[in-house]
Amino acid sequence: MARLTAFLAGLLFALGLGVSGMTQPAKVVGFLDFFGRWDPSLIAVLFGAVAVHAVFARRALGSGRPWYAPRFELTSLTRVDARLVAGSALFGVGWGISGLCPGPALVSSVAFVPTTLAFVAAMLGGIALFRVMRGDPASDQTVQASVEADTTEPC
Amino acid sequence: MTAPLVAPLVGGALIGLAATLLLVANGRVAGISGAVGGLFGARAGDREWRVSFLGGLLVGGVALALLRPSALRVEYAPPAALAVVAGLLVGFGTQLGNGCTSGHGVCGVSRRSTRSIVATITFILAGALAVLVSRRLGAPWLG
Repeated sequence: MARLTAFLAGLLFALGLGVSGMTQPAKVVGFLDFFGRWDPSLIAVLFGAVAVHAVFARRALGSGRPWYAPRFELTSLTRVDARLVAGSALFGVGWGISGLCPGPALVSSVAFVPTTLAFVAAMLGGIALFRVMRGDPASDQTVQASVEADTTEPC
Repeated sequence: MTAPLVAPLVGGALIGLAATLLLVANGRVAGISGAVGGLFGARAGDREWRVSFLGGLLVGGVALALLRPSALRVEYAPPAALAVVAGLLVGFGTQLGNGCTSGHGVCGVSRRSTRSIVATITFILAGALAVLVSRRLGAPWLG
C-alpha cells in the first residue's frame, strides 16, 4: 500500500507540474526574468501548492503518525548556514540557465528532448558527485539524534 | 481572477495535494532532489517509496505527453554544453542545500521552515541573476 500511495503521489505531482506550466522552461525563465519580460504567473503555482499543503500538512503532522509508515521523516536541521545558501544559490543559477528544476526535468525527460536529457544526465551526475565527495551514502538520513547529523532529506 | 492564473493555481493545488498524500501516507517530504539523492546507497527499506514516487513522476510525464503534449513542449533550448553545466549545478546545489523547488519551495515553506524560506528566496534570486546575466551577454536562446 505504501508503494501505491507513493506512486500516486508522484503521478499527481507530475500532472500538477504539467498543468501549472512548470514543465515549460520558457515559462520558468520568463518568471525569473525580473529585469526583462517578467511573467509573474508562476507565482500562482507556489501560492496554490503552499496554500493547499500548509493546511493539510499541519493536520497530518498533528495526527500522530502516517498511514503506512512508523513515523514522519522530517529533517532535524534548523540552522541557516552557508551551506544552505551556497547550495541554493548554485541550484538557482542552474535553474535560471536551463529553466529546469529536478521535478519538471524528470517529468519532461519522457519526451526525449536532447537538451532535457543532457540536463537530467548531468543533474544525476551532480548528485552522484556530491555523494562521492562526501563519501557517504544516504543511509544517515534516518539519524535524528543530532542536529548536526546531516539528513539528506530536503527541508 | 484572470484566465492565465487558473492553470498555475490548479497545477499548484495538485502539487500541494500530491505532497500531502506522500506526507500523510508515507510520512515523507515530497522533495524531488531529496527523493533522488537518497537513492544513492539507500537501505532496502528506504528505497521502495523513492522508486515508487519517482516512477509515478515518470508515468505522469507519459500521461502528460499523451493527454496534454503542449505541457512538455520545449520552446527554450540553450546549447547542450550549457544544459550540462546547468544540470551539474542543479544536481550538486540541491544536495548541498538539501532541497529544491519542491522540498524547500513547497513543503518547507508550507511548514514555515526558516531554512526553506531562506533557500527559496536564494534560489529565486540566483535564478533571476542567471537570467539577467544571460540577457546581458546576449544569449540568443532567450528570444
